[in-house]
Amino acid sequence: MTTFKLLPFAFLGVLVALPAPAGAALNVITTTADLEALAREVGGDRIKVESLARGYQDPHFVEAKPSFMIKLHRADLLIAVGRELELGWLPPLITQARNSKIQPGGAGYLDASLTARILDIPTGQITRAMGDVHPSGNPHYWLDPDNGKRIARAIAAKLSEMDSANAAYYKERLADFERRVDAADQGWKAQMAPYRGVKVVTYHRSWSNFADHFGLDVIGYVEPRPGIPPSPSHTIALMKAMREQNVKIIIVEPYFDAKTPNSIARETGAKVLVMPPSVGGLPQASDYIKLFDTDVKMLVDAIKATGAK
Amino acid sequence: MRSAHRPFGVFLTVGMLAAAAAAAGAPLQDPQPSPSPEASPTPPEAPPPAEPPTEVVPPGAGGAGGPSGPLPVYGPSSSKIFNPDIAVIGDFLGAIGKNDSEFATPSLEMHEVEATFQAIVDPYARADFFFVFAPDEVGVEEGFITFTSLPAGLLLKAGKMRASFGKVNQMHNHILPWTDRPLVTQNLLGGEEGVSDAGLSLARLFPNRFLFLEAIAEVYRGESPELFRAPERGDLTFVGRLRGYRDLTESANLDFGGSFARGTSVDEVHGLHTRLIGADLAFRYRPLRRAIYRRLIARTELVWSRRELAAEGPTNGETDAEEGATAARAFGAYASVDYQFARRWFAGARLDRSERADDPSLVDKGASLLLTYWPSEFSQVRAQYRHASYGDGIKANEVLFQFVFSIGAHGAHTF
Repeated sequence: MTTFKLLPFAFLGVLVALPAPAGAALNVITTTADLEALAREVGGDRIKVESLARGYQDPHFVEAKPSFMIKLHRADLLIAVGRELELGWLPPLITQARNSKIQPGGAGYLDASLTARILDIPTGQITRAMGDVHPSGNPHYWLDPDNGKRIARAIAAKLSEMDSANAAYYKERLADFERRVDAADQGWKAQMAPYRGVKVVTYHRSWSNFADHFGLDVIGYVEPRPGIPPSPSHTIALMKAMREQNVKIIIVEPYFDAKTPNSIARETGAKVLVMPPSVGGLPQASDYIKLFDTDVKMLVDAIKATGAK
Repeated sequence: MRSAHRPFGVFLTVGMLAAAAAAAGAPLQDPQPSPSPEASPTPPEAPPPAEPPTEVVPPGAGGAGGPSGPLPVYGPSSSKIFNPDIAVIGDFLGAIGKNDSEFATPSLEMHEVEATFQAIVDPYARADFFFVFAPDEVGVEEGFITFTSLPAGLLLKAGKMRASFGKVNQMHNHILPWTDRPLVTQNLLGGEEGVSDAGLSLARLFPNRFLFLEAIAEVYRGESPELFRAPERGDLTFVGRLRGYRDLTESANLDFGGSFARGTSVDEVHGLHTRLIGADLAFRYRPLRRAIYRRLIARTELVWSRRELAAEGPTNGETDAEEGATAARAFGAYASVDYQFARRWFAGARLDRSERADDPSLVDKGASLLLTYWPSEFSQVRAQYRHASYGDGIKANEVLFQFVFSIGAHGAHTF
């Protein structure tokens, strides 16, 4: 009996003695495809990077699959969006990943929101009557190219800290990425310039940073409150506001049901625009810069087609 | 008795030391940089006194190499930051219809209130507490520490836990896909409480390219109401589980496992044992593009129980010569399907069949239909039509209804 009871101890001893395999490239796991794209811009071929969520998936509602646990187990670095976006699924994965590096506060845990410009931070009393509010601000902050650069800088700093041998490489890639974003942003802003202040409605509060950067005026949301599905009374009030203000564009994330937006569009003469909020949301939005190429083109085309103001 | 007790103390101590050593290894190896006042360029015109008056610099104060600025104030404002995530979950249950069996629930009942406290303990561990307030019970449903920074794919838990036997045994009432627990849980797995005890759980991942594979070994004191009893220290309960998981596509996956448990039976005669073997299988389908609107979960669990009985007890023929006792072998299973057909709506069905652990000749059968509505992520209304035909001849037709509501921290969704 005694030897039997010592077995777990022996088992543990053997397991602890096993050496950890040493990998060459840093193994980076990101929660979303946008962070994956940004990490790839900076890390190039010196890192392996993979996202848990797909770009066409609602990042609030990802399932904590055991296969993700394995990916996190092997990760050197976990990059999360933060601001409680992944609250519903990431914590149990991290706990069970058996990886001390990527625990919150660990050397291999990067909250990408810490250096970004965050909007919609609620003030005053917050209750769940307001829906699924994010008390620390809007987590869809990557939809602003300036924040994209800020996130890339944070990733470059973290990669350089973890892999100092390639620090010069990451610095160069970061500088190149910032140059390309700046150049592209001039083009996007030029395309959007004639339509500054154009009024739109969005399904979820995903586009605050995008609207802020490109000068859209979001007058309302299809959701009555964040995370609460459309209700008839809210939809009627929204249609009234859209008619009064002559709103012609309804932006819908690809993972939401377009039924209510379509009926609003029919009633008000507006156009439903299924626009990807993340890299990979549509096939052509295959990297961070192409995400904005895609969104800006779709938006400009829709504004021209509807004559929205 | 002491010899039986000691190895587990060693086991725990080693586990904790391993956790500390693995996670704190780097800081331990890095010598604390000693404060060097010469490091900063001192202006030459101010020659330092030959022997400056020495003063012990308190650790943590500026200049000692520690954090500078004001020391933390242990007042209400800073202690709140470290408060655990708190949530309170209510589970209100009602029943309409006829049920004269021992399984009947009251017409209206505040079935359970669960208070949860969860936080990270330190860089090496987190802790989770679940307190339950029920009409006939106030207690710790679970309260354990999880060492998250062990090497070699290990995860160690210590405390009171629901044992890793099958799937339903690990679920709290409010996350069940039904208003009740399956008959197999009632008959063979210790009812609502289940296999739930104070103990240690060690789980190891076996990373490989084919599937997720996890092995869990657990040892418990041996006290699970209605199932295991431990009048002596040696009456431990052992639980083992092997869990596999594989993604079939990005939207579909298979989750499967086998479980084992053995402990000392709840019986007037001491030294009789109950052995449980379980198998579980779940298929999930959730299209990623419509993940918030559609999902399907089909699951089944099978349990084989072997319970040693005192010689005078009922028997199904087998006699254990060694113990001078008989053993009752009972089998039970459920199969269920849950389908989400709209953002807030779920439909489900469950079939039950279970023999009774002490008397396998009594077979309880049941069938249920369910409808669930989620006003939001934080509340849920559910109705369940349940038909049951119990082994002692009682038939029941009922509608059970349930309100589950939670306030406080947003908990993570279990998979």
